[in-house]
Amino acid sequence: MNVYPYLVGGWLLLVGALGIARSRNLIHAVLCLSIAQSGTYVLLVAVGFQHNASPPVFGEPPSPVNVHVVDPVVQAMTLTDIVVSATVTALLLSLAVQIHKRHGTLDPDELRSLQG
Amino acid sequence: MSRRVRLIVFGVAAAGAGALFLLATLDLQPFGGSFHPYRTHAVGASALHRTANVVSSVNFDQRGFDTLGEETILLASVIAAASLLRPSHEESETGPTGGGRVLDATRLVGYLFMAVTMVIGLDVVAHGQLTPGGGFQGGVVLATGIHLLYVAGTYRALDRARPLGPAEWGDALGAAAFACLGIAGLAVAGAYLANFLPLGSFGHLFSAGTVPVLNVAVGVEVASGMALLIAKFLEQAILVKAGSSRS
Amino acid sequence: MPNLDGGGAWLPPLAVAVPIVAAAGLAALSRHLPRPAVDVVAIATSLSVVGLTASILSMTAAGRVVTWVGGWTPHHGFSVGIVLVSDPLGAALALLAAVLVTLALVFSWEYVQLDEGHFHALVLLFLAGMEGFALTGDLFDMFVFFELMGAAAYALTGIKIEERRSVQGAMNFGIVNSLGAYVALVGVGLVYSKTGNLGLPQIGRALAHDRPDALVVAAFVMVMTGFLVKGAMAPFHFWLADAHAVAPSPVCVLFSGVMVPLGLYGAFRVYWVAFGTILPVGDIRRTFVVLGVVTALVGALMCVSERNFKRLLAYSTIGHVGLFIVALGVLTAAGTAGAALYVAGHAGVKASLFLVGGVLLARYGSVDEKDLHGRGIDAGMLRWVAVAGGLALACLPPFGTALGKAVSEAAGSAAGYPWCPALFVAVSALTGGAVLRVVGRVFFGLGPVPPEDERQTTGEGEEREGPALERVPMSMWVPIGMLLGGALVMGLLPGVHEAALRAGAAFVDGGGYRRQALAGAHLQFPGAGRTAAGPADWDASGVLLDLLSAALAVGVAALAIWFRVVVRRPFVGEGARRLLSGFRYLHSGHIGDYVAWLMVGLVVLAVFVGLPLVRPS
Repeated sequence: MNVYPYLVGGWLLLVGALGIARSRNLIHAVLCLSIAQSGTYVLLVAVGFQHNASPPVFGEPPSPVNVHVVDPVVQAMTLTDIVVSATVTALLLSLAVQIHKRHGTLDPDELRSLQG
Repeated sequence: MSRRVRLIVFGVAAAGAGALFLLATLDLQPFGGSFHPYRTHAVGASALHRTANVVSSVNFDQRGFDTLGEETILLASVIAAASLLRPSHEESETGPTGGGRVLDATRLVGYLFMAVTMVIGLDVVAHGQLTPGGGFQGGVVLATGIHLLYVAGTYRALDRARPLGPAEWGDALGAAAFACLGIAGLAVAGAYLANFLPLGSFGHLFSAGTVPVLNVAVGVEVASGMALLIAKFLEQAILVKAGSSRS
Repeated sequence: MPNLDGGGAWLPPLAVAVPIVAAAGLAALSRHLPRPAVDVVAIATSLSVVGLTASILSMTAAGRVVTWVGGWTPHHGFSVGIVLVSDPLGAALALLAAVLVTLALVFSWEYVQLDEGHFHALVLLFLAGMEGFALTGDLFDMFVFFELMGAAAYALTGIKIEERRSVQGAMNFGIVNSLGAYVALVGVGLVYSKTGNLGLPQIGRALAHDRPDALVVAAFVMVMTGFLVKGAMAPFHFWLADAHAVAPSPVCVLFSGVMVPLGLYGAFRVYWVAFGTILPVGDIRRTFVVLGVVTALVGALMCVSERNFKRLLAYSTIGHVGLFIVALGVLTAAGTAGAALYVAGHAGVKASLFLVGGVLLARYGSVDEKDLHGRGIDAGMLRWVAVAGGLALACLPPFGTALGKAVSEAAGSAAGYPWCPALFVAVSALTGGAVLRVVGRVFFGLGPVPPEDERQTTGEGEEREGPALERVPMSMWVPIGMLLGGALVMGLLPGVHEAALRAGAAFVDGGGYRRQALAGAHLQFPGAGRTAAGPADWDASGVLLDLLSAALAVGVAALAIWFRVVVRRPFVGEGARRLLSGFRYLHSGHIGDYVAWLMVGLVVLAVFVGLPLVRPS
């Protein structure tokens, strides 16, 4: 099982994209985008994991420094990633609210104002 | 494209992408492997700057420029949501209708937990350089904690407790403070976002130099920003109605 | 440990920090300030960024400007910090972004009345994102600033919330670009796992002595996908027309002028610094040249069939993007120089045309060719500016577009693609001709009114972005004039070609980038100060080809305007029209289609890059 977590991350990205492709509701599509991004979290954190390593937080001054910890850099990247996702999702959802008001529908099949 | 054609096109393409990804993962080091050179250097640098929480050190000290970008994205999204959810020409904001009855027991539990949550949020923000947590996590706890007033109370109570003007100020100030602290680092230590404050001793509240200060700036920004975001959505749902003035 | 950096290393972070502070200030204060104060603050901020980036550009004459943010310079070849590397091309793009933002804000002074304080704050944040993206040398940092550009851009696109098209266009833009960014992030994760680094120079050095495997191919293709979605390469291009058709005109200036070229810049920067040593040059060259040709043809064909002026300009941008990709994709210094010149000239010309479109909207309330037929006859000087813009887009010498096209064609032929001049002439002629057709119909009332076609996106009923204007105020004339004038001056100034060649040489010198970045301070370019005679700015064959494409553009426009009068046999037009409409059917405005095409594009890239590497060992 030494590639399984990576595959889970990739699967989430693809399933999220599939959700957008077959979506009938823009709020559902935005949430599928969120799911696609959660695949990136899984992949990043999985890449940083090390067996039998401790969390990257020290309780007391380390001497010598214990480097046998899981990768803190990918955790920092994932944290950044989560904030980006939450805020962009909020932005897209506010667009969805306005689309519903202007078009009366959230179904991509029925939004026909930008063809050709 | 028709729905079926689109799904077929997507299916074929996604199968290809999936195959590519699968082949790539077979070349990755196995899950749980030990090749993490950046980790080793990051831990060393964090210890050098007496930061107990290495993730916070990476976020605010070593790769602080990324965090500047990220909290600017938060600022941009909050401004964007405020802009996109503004009442349109045909709408106007009405006052909140009274509405709804909340059980006294619910209200009590809500207020109680709100106090607890706010304290936890402040604690998470303040100890970002020592324990898992920090400005972002604590800020979100604070922002959602105050909405217990809405869940267990009324919209009016929430509106009184989190005035939007100070929230806008807090959002802007937090973002500006982060960028300006970087400029201060440039002025004092010659490099943007340099860690120029005294490093203190390991494990104490005021250790790790600029990390706790940046933490607080981010905490203020995230708490205000998230509160503003939720406020705009609530306003759009509750207050904004098609007005009688038609353009 | 933090230490003092030499030279101008303190400038690049300020180019990012200053607009952020100003935007935060505007966000908090805009409700209490009068509108002119908001404009002044915003324009002053972007002018200061112009100053900062101009200083950085002047310093790159001597060598790349390297900044290790936070003072985390490398020890024993490893650094935990983020590096910002400004080479001439990156600094020039950063300067272009700041200049365009300044001119767009000046234009917006009287033109835009849309949620004022928020509009200006979002534009400044957009500027900060572009500066960060252009100046950084760290892959994850590129992702972060890419998302910042994106967030501000989605909001600016959808800011006209009362208009149905705006909010749909912004949503399409947002979902597709964000998905592209997440795909890129997967690629970044893969690269990080393999090399243990996030900085481009360190990644490049770690991959330098390796053989390409599925992991490297997958990582490269995914990162490319993310950046080329922004760069609007086919088949990632669908969002661009939707976004341009609905965003306020000053914002379209920024999109076409610098945001889309930044996507291309990011993609090729990642290639040259991180992957240039490990992936075979021939395969990558073939990939980008083929996809560039496809993009150029898609853009040109869709362009001629549009009646919404802004959408037409958007497709012409896609057409030119295809040409930029071909020029960059031949992977030589000369090609990169040609692309740089072409991007700069195109930015000035396209921006001025978008602003003309803005004036049309403000005066007549429409950007539709059919609707506006003959209504622009009383527009005075504006008519001739529009003609000049159309001819400039068709690469009439001595505009900067013509110089860029000539250099790119020569580079393409020299790299082994002798059909390059034909492609460049065809695409410039078609796109320029489409613009001239619109100009002829709208501003001169030429020809019959075009027929109705219900599958086209019209430009009627578009909401004004500000007050209805009778006369065009100075604040709107000055940017139009400066942009078009700038494109003209660019072709006339001596030494521009030589400077571009030097920038191109620095851009393709991945090894030099890596060495300078990891050495910690900025060093001299090898051979800088050499006084060899640079190439002449113009050469005869280039000028002739440019004149040819301008003449063809006029011909295309005339043919289109008087087509029904000149050509008596209806079924010739009918067949072409049916083919074109089938092609237009693919551009459906449906988000599910766009995501499907994104996946297709990813796989196409993977096949082009990876298949040649599958060889029985």
